[in-house]
Amino acid sequence: MSLLTLHNNLTTYLVIGAMLFGIGIYGFITRRTVISMLISSELMLAGASVNFMAFNRFTAPDPVVGQIFTLFIMAIAAAEAAIGLSIVVAIYRNYTSIETEDLVKLKG
Amino acid sequence: MNSLLLSSQTPALFSADGLAGLIFLIMVAVMLLGGLMACTSERLVRSVAGLVVCFVGVAGIFYYLNSPFIAVMEMLIYVGAVSVTIAFAIMLAAPEQSKKFGPCGPLAGPLGFLTAGLAFGGLAVLGYRTAWPVQAKINNGGMELIGVQLLQDYSMVFELVSLVLLIAILGALILARSGRNH
Repeated sequence: MSLLTLHNNLTTYLVIGAMLFGIGIYGFITRRTVISMLISSELMLAGASVNFMAFNRFTAPDPVVGQIFTLFIMAIAAAEAAIGLSIVVAIYRNYTSIETEDLVKLKG
Repeated sequence: MNSLLLSSQTPALFSADGLAGLIFLIMVAVMLLGGLMACTSERLVRSVAGLVVCFVGVAGIFYYLNSPFIAVMEMLIYVGAVSVTIAFAIMLAAPEQSKKFGPCGPLAGPLGFLTAGLAFGGLAVLGYRTAWPVQAKINNGGMELIGVQLLQDYSMVFELVSLVLLIAILGALILARSGRNH
């Protein structure tokens, strides 16, 4: 197995999906604005989609199912992004800030 | 169809297979660079640009996974729609640059790196060590079959997803509009 035949290997895609997921987790923990956390969660969802598509390509008997599942993931992620961003806009109206440190109204 | 066993011999670089492998490596590099740019740059607009680059790479990887339809959908939905939505939210909600840089708190950087490393390492080792069972394909997974299955076996889920999208759009409109009066 060399570098040029990596794309015919299930493990490559699993490692790629894990990389995307790890990058997303790192961003989700370290970023300080709500929009950046949303961007990181999109990266995590992309990692999950890559995993689904890899198993669909290499191990599933019916290669249609995984593609349909990935389509549904994309639709749900688009709905989540729309709702999340409108919540961000509403937060900005109330606090004039989107940093997570400033959203402390519930703090005792 | 059993492609797990085809990857035994190395093709020449300037043959069709070799160039395909090279383009795959380029796509992976583009995806990783975009992801790192999305998660580490200080300015939000650069993060969104990194997200776009990362999703272009992911679309290329989907193309290598025998599904050009999903690749096109990734370009349309993520690169086209979601990124533009995030850019609009940045324009509406983050006019001034933040004065505080870096991660929140002194421990967030190392702990975040540790958590991400553990998740990545665990998933990668699990994927590498497991012997995944390979079964024979029963069809080629083309676009026609996706359309047929979407309207036959998965029609209920299809309708439900449409409903969820409709409710999400209405909810987003109501949420974004509610604070406008005061």
